[in-house]
Amino acid sequence: MSGTSSAAEDRVAIASNWRLVWWRFRRHRLAMISAGLLIFMYMIVLAPDFFSVQDPERTDARQAFIPVQMIHFFDDGSLSPWVPTITGKRHPVTLRMEWVADPARKVGVRFFARGYSYRVLGVFETNVHLIAPADPTQRIFLLGSDRLGRDQWSRIMHGTQTSMTVGLVAVALSVILGVVLGGLSGYVGGKTDQVIQRIIELLQSVPTIPIWLALSAALPRDWTPIQVFFAITVILSLVGWTTLGREVRGRFLALREEDFVLAARLAGCSRMRIILRHMVPTFASHIIATSSLAIPVMIINETSLSFLGLGIRPPAISWGVLLQEAQNIQTLALAPWLLTPGLVVIVAVLAFNLVGDGLRDAADPYSN
Amino acid sequence: MTRYIAQRLLILPLLMVIYSFVIFLIIQAPPGDFLTAYVATLASSGSSISADQIAALRHQYGLDQPFLVQYFLWMQNLLHGDFGLSLEYQRPNADLISEQLGLTLALALFSFVLTWAIAVPAGIYSATHPRSLIDHVLTVINYVGVATPNFMLALILMWLAFAYFDINVSGLFSPEFVDAPWSFARVGDLLFHIWLPGLVLGIAGTARLSRIMRANLLDELNKPYVVTARAKGMREWRLVLRYPVRLAFNPLVSTIGWYLPALFSGSLIVATVMNLPNIGPLLLRALINQDMYLAGGILLIYSFLTIVGTLLSDVLLALLDPRIRVES
Repeated sequence: MSGTSSAAEDRVAIASNWRLVWWRFRRHRLAMISAGLLIFMYMIVLAPDFFSVQDPERTDARQAFIPVQMIHFFDDGSLSPWVPTITGKRHPVTLRMEWVADPARKVGVRFFARGYSYRVLGVFETNVHLIAPADPTQRIFLLGSDRLGRDQWSRIMHGTQTSMTVGLVAVALSVILGVVLGGLSGYVGGKTDQVIQRIIELLQSVPTIPIWLALSAALPRDWTPIQVFFAITVILSLVGWTTLGREVRGRFLALREEDFVLAARLAGCSRMRIILRHMVPTFASHIIATSSLAIPVMIINETSLSFLGLGIRPPAISWGVLLQEAQNIQTLALAPWLLTPGLVVIVAVLAFNLVGDGLRDAADPYSN
Repeated sequence: MTRYIAQRLLILPLLMVIYSFVIFLIIQAPPGDFLTAYVATLASSGSSISADQIAALRHQYGLDQPFLVQYFLWMQNLLHGDFGLSLEYQRPNADLISEQLGLTLALALFSFVLTWAIAVPAGIYSATHPRSLIDHVLTVINYVGVATPNFMLALILMWLAFAYFDINVSGLFSPEFVDAPWSFARVGDLLFHIWLPGLVLGIAGTARLSRIMRANLLDELNKPYVVTARAKGMREWRLVLRYPVRLAFNPLVSTIGWYLPALFSGSLIVATVMNLPNIGPLLLRALINQDMYLAGGILLIYSFLTIVGTLLSDVLLALLDPRIRVES
């Protein structure tokens, strides 16, 4: 046996479980790309204004339904990004505004340029944006504008913040509920187990979408967007925790008889310490994989609820709220770019699913 | 077997009681009641109603009673088949619901059949031709199908049909058949329109089922009994269909339990987008307009369908797989 291979074997032998999971995950190319994409999306979540071109609430009735202004990166062979000016003319018969791009008149676009000012995470104020028109008085619409002349691109950035956070918080709540209640059910057993299992069965046989709708409709109309946001997250995680609760219970039932748990109990550990410190770490990677597959489901659910008008409500912006604008087919035929938030949803959900699959394979030590 | 089914049937009323209580809690939760919404509707249409009349009506509907009494009144009426009166439509709720219930069920069942008719052959093909072009295409469709919210798919299809072919694919009937009495021509028209919503509704399920079928069948195909049968000269397609496919089928059947109910409630969103005659959009309107007894009635029906769907699949599974029969 050569020296290098035994060194590699040693490395595997002493590697921690997390390191092994990471090594297996790294081999999954699609999952790695998706993970990069998700990290980027969560950067948008942290500072959506930095990625926005305009204030997402800025309206202008005379600039409604402006089509997509394509960015051109080269001007006469030199790197100098620009977008064509768009001018509107009323159609003489239908009286509909018709927008025509005029590539001869260029609006310069700069990166890391100054625009409207905003606060990052509520801490410090700045006006630097990733993309902004060179002339701050100009408005550019990278993904077109909606019926009120608001910039679709900037609104998608703000919608990303809401929708991605809802998914994450709802799943975090589900994980806490699932681990605590599932753990209790599996570890304590007896009557507690019976009661929790019946509750899970009851929740799992609920017609989810109608009940969610009814619950959201029951939220007081005068609640602030923040209150509605948290209420929606709680409503979504109400059913979400049951699957995880079941799995955790199964693991606990199996682990309860293991020697190391008995040893911990004899050493005088409290029940909570045994659960959280000794048992949970043995299947933590599995929980993470399962929850990363639960996030996209939450995102789709939030989007659907908001799309129907019973989830996140305007003036708050989420992907579902943006898609509400695309409900009318006639409008859609006129302004197909209103569907772009849907594409973002699909990309985000795909990325989460791929990362989740990768994690699940990586977390399973027998996957080879 | 009969005992198992009987046991499950006995739990059904108990579950319905629990659900009805929770549903009543939810529809009661918004501030105000049936009458405050009614007074607001009257005011917006220009007519008014005196305070005495409101009090009389409130007494008549039992709205001045405590919560539990109201619940029992509602249940009492329900047991007599009385779903109450819709505030918005000024018609009995039972009529409103029963008008749309048939088509709701038809759509869900059609979508279910379509899902299986596509998913099973696709899964078998993928498993017998792994890593072929079609297998890869099916994998991509699977991922995208699961990632696309079905209202999004409905929107895209409707938009494409409208923008490029200038046809309106919403609804379940052509305009001339919407209010027509049932006839063979109307059924034909329905069959012509139902496949698109059915497909939209079933696409995620189709993708998932074909993956399950593929994975199960791949496991079976490597087993010694398949090799033996092949060595004895059995024809390939006959061999595959006769033994491994049947074994790979069981886990699929066990998914009916959640899939059928998911179709019922999933049709709500698709039906709203595609403007289908379905109890989903009716529920949505009722919830938004606080038409509480109509909403409650529809929610009860959804719960009932969900429980029955779960029950059906459990019984089916017990019939198919003797190992699952629970003797307790």
